[in-house]
Amino acid sequence: MSSLTTNSEPSRWARMMSSNMAYSFRRNPVAMVSMAVFLLIAVAAVFSPLIAPFNPYDPANIDIMNSELPPAWVAGSDPQFALGTDDQGRDLWSTILYGTRLSLIIGLCAVAVQAFLGISIGLISGYVGGRVDSVLMRLADIQLSFSTLMVAIIFLAVTQAMFGSEVFNQYAVFMLIAVIGIAEWPQYARTVRATVLAEKKKEYVDSARVLGFGPLRIMVRHILPNSLSPIFVISTVQVANAIISEASLSFLGLGMPPSQPSLGSLISSGFDYIFSGSWWITAIPGVVLVVLVLVINLLGDWMRDVLNPKLYKG
Amino acid sequence: MSLLSVRDLTVKFAMRDNTVTALNQISFDLGKGERLGIVGESGAGKSITGFSLMNLISKPGFIDNGKILFEGQDIVQMSDADLRTIRGNRMAMIFQDPMVTLNPVLTIGQQMVETLQAHRDLTRQDAEKIAVMKLREVYIPSPEDRLNQYPHELSGGMRQRIIIAIALLLDPQLIIADEPTTALDVTIQADIMELLLELCQSNNVGLILITHDLGVVSQMTERTLVMYAGRIIEAGRTREIINDPQHPYTQGLINALPQQTLPGHRLKQIPGNMPSLANVPPGCPFSPRCDYAVDLCRTTLPKIVSYGQVEVACHEVERLHADDAAQEQSA
Amino acid sequence: MLAYLVKRVFQAIAVMFAISLVSFAIQDNLGDPLRELVGQSVSEEVRQELRDELGLNDSFVVQYLRFAGNALQGDLGTSYFFKEPALDVILKKLPATLELVLGATVIIIGLSVPLGVYTAIKPNTILSRLIMGVSIVGISVPVFLTAILMIFLFSVELRMFPSYGRGDVVHLFGYWSTNFLTWDGWLHILLPSVALASIMLPLFVRLIRAEMMETLQSEYVKYARAKGIRPRRIYFVHALKNTLLPVITVGGVQIGTMVAYTILTETVFQWPGMGFMFLEAVNRVDTPLIVAYLIVVGFIFVVTNTIVDLIYGLVNPTVNLARMGA
Repeated sequence: MSSLTTNSEPSRWARMMSSNMAYSFRRNPVAMVSMAVFLLIAVAAVFSPLIAPFNPYDPANIDIMNSELPPAWVAGSDPQFALGTDDQGRDLWSTILYGTRLSLIIGLCAVAVQAFLGISIGLISGYVGGRVDSVLMRLADIQLSFSTLMVAIIFLAVTQAMFGSEVFNQYAVFMLIAVIGIAEWPQYARTVRATVLAEKKKEYVDSARVLGFGPLRIMVRHILPNSLSPIFVISTVQVANAIISEASLSFLGLGMPPSQPSLGSLISSGFDYIFSGSWWITAIPGVVLVVLVLVINLLGDWMRDVLNPKLYKG
Repeated sequence: MSLLSVRDLTVKFAMRDNTVTALNQISFDLGKGERLGIVGESGAGKSITGFSLMNLISKPGFIDNGKILFEGQDIVQMSDADLRTIRGNRMAMIFQDPMVTLNPVLTIGQQMVETLQAHRDLTRQDAEKIAVMKLREVYIPSPEDRLNQYPHELSGGMRQRIIIAIALLLDPQLIIADEPTTALDVTIQADIMELLLELCQSNNVGLILITHDLGVVSQMTERTLVMYAGRIIEAGRTREIINDPQHPYTQGLINALPQQTLPGHRLKQIPGNMPSLANVPPGCPFSPRCDYAVDLCRTTLPKIVSYGQVEVACHEVERLHADDAAQEQSA
Repeated sequence: MLAYLVKRVFQAIAVMFAISLVSFAIQDNLGDPLRELVGQSVSEEVRQELRDELGLNDSFVVQYLRFAGNALQGDLGTSYFFKEPALDVILKKLPATLELVLGATVIIIGLSVPLGVYTAIKPNTILSRLIMGVSIVGISVPVFLTAILMIFLFSVELRMFPSYGRGDVVHLFGYWSTNFLTWDGWLHILLPSVALASIMLPLFVRLIRAEMMETLQSEYVKYARAKGIRPRRIYFVHALKNTLLPVITVGGVQIGTMVAYTILTETVFQWPGMGFMFLEAVNRVDTPLIVAYLIVVGFIFVVTNTIVDLIYGLVNPTVNLARMGA
């Protein structure tokens, strides 16, 4: 961790990382295990094409005769498929690896969009103030009162109905990122705005202004670093939420198609077979999803305890 | 028998990997109806002293050692249930900031009645009658209407008057007032202090006034404790401490008063800051800021010694007195 | 008070206006009403005539006003699939969804307050740690997965509860159908209610705990202790009342999320409510039904939010309703 922050002069952030955070991390077994599990999942997801024995997107690899084979420890399994196969005869282990990669990509990218929008709007709102500020914050209120998931369901349902599922499936990844990304910016905007308002009063901002630095430079170089810890805490929780949202949308058939399944769509396709006893198609990706979200939430909890930022409350 | 007798009170705070001593062997007495001032800079341990008298130190703080005898009973050893019969009843407290002391979602009436009902078997109507009477005593206009109002509808000065009225509800023996006017407008600070003094005198209530304002202490109290870094460094009659301070720190405090400075001149502040409780220097805690400090001061903690009317913890004062005694003997 | 109410109602109308605009835009662009009416075998001339007759060639504003006018009279079009007025179809499904939400809300409110208060008052007991541990797992399991898990466990393996549908319902006042008057109805609604509550409950437990712990640190709680007030009164009168204020606000924000979760829960349990119907309508491109769902859900959302705001204003004495109206 410290190697990341050895560049230039040690900022407040760097000092915090090296002292308090690292200290508490070493003393908190839950945080350490969560971090290890998260890294394991992330590495497996990133290198899924190398790790996975089969390519689940390649129809040539799929044989419908192999469908619904149970995992290796259950009678009737095929040693080729360690975790069994899904309803289409795909190797479940490979499909889960690829699906985890999709879930993580969508979650991280959606949060990146949220953070970019929210931080920009928060900085502008707080720095410019006046009417711009009140309009933007009113907008944030309205946006917050609509549930992200509800807006996403309606938006995706209508687009799917409008363009047909073939076109929809082609752009599903981008649409999921966009719809989850755009809906949740107010979280960031409010917190960043609050920090800007607090920092704006301080002397160093005035002196930076006197020195002739432009507002953009002041905001990015001087004010933004002070809102890093709340942004960090929010982002962790938001990644977990985004992954859950993506899974929920895919489960409803409004996200990733079965031909290119994320964890949610994999669970969804397995659900139809749960009554016939093929529990593994649902259960194994379900466990992966829960573990992934859980470790992120645990890391978020730990970070909130350590950094203890002033989070904006409704 | 004195009303309150504190012996070797030590309060510590459990930190992440060590404990910090916030109060170090505090001892003092208070007679019935007597008014005592506790002065010092912020962080000296004044407020902690006030709260420990009620055994209200909140975590991570705890009373490590010592006795607090109130009407003969030891507060430190008391059960929670017994403590409740004392708090608000025999011993009342006035908090620093009236804007945050009263519960915002309960009416003034509810907050007064609950206090009475916690200690006496009273109907709501009877309790309200007493509440109105007490509100009248603190000069609240139209007290009946106030009972139905919420704190946010009243000004800070008005709220502090109500808090004084609540303190008086059950005719306590002792009121602890923790900087009762610092959060208020300067214009009404004097009014509140005057009211407090008047009520304590007329009801023969003991008062412990915690403040950093020596001027207030001189008007309000009969005796004074001066605290520094969790210890009492000087104690005695207020008049003597103001007119003839012994400890260099007390002298510094008095010299820093605006009255002691000619117009147009700088205030004579004591250089430096009080050490944080986490790293109190060895020896006398005041030694790094003290003009008289010698090597002994930096290594050995001075004990508090009684010289007739005053008690002082200072090596220099001890030496001076020893010299005097020696001269007297040789003469 | 009245001024505040009026202001709030105006806000609600503004939101409804926005929802109706979105709904109309969807209706205007989604599917071709002609094909639904007459099929594809009709000549272009007849089509144009029909278009004129139906007013499909009018300007956007005229069409919107007609749409809004009809909507205000309760006419949201006719479902392509059910061949019935869309509003009637939805209103028939409404009781199922509302009873599900009611069941979940009772569970959430009934458990979150005691659990949240307990974990705040006694944060270091084994039970508290257990509750907090379970709650973080709870918020990490998506609603649909909880639902599937429960079906697998209680329906497929243990055969204790039915896995789909509403079971025996009793009709009240000729319209409302309820689960709560038959044993079978209770059996059917239990799992879906628990599933729907499963993610909100831990969220609220954690929220109440955090707010309560903050409140317990406040000066007025310390002051109440200094007055010799009993702990029970301090916790449940002094602290809880202040704790619930922010919780009410969050509760209002969560209403929309709750509606979204009904869609998930109803899908898993094939619960014959509005959410399940909505997804079917989407699959069938039943535009009038989709639009009607949006409007009805939007309306419920606006009404409940207004009510939550009013409750907040009534509970919180520092909110001056009269002055807020000005």
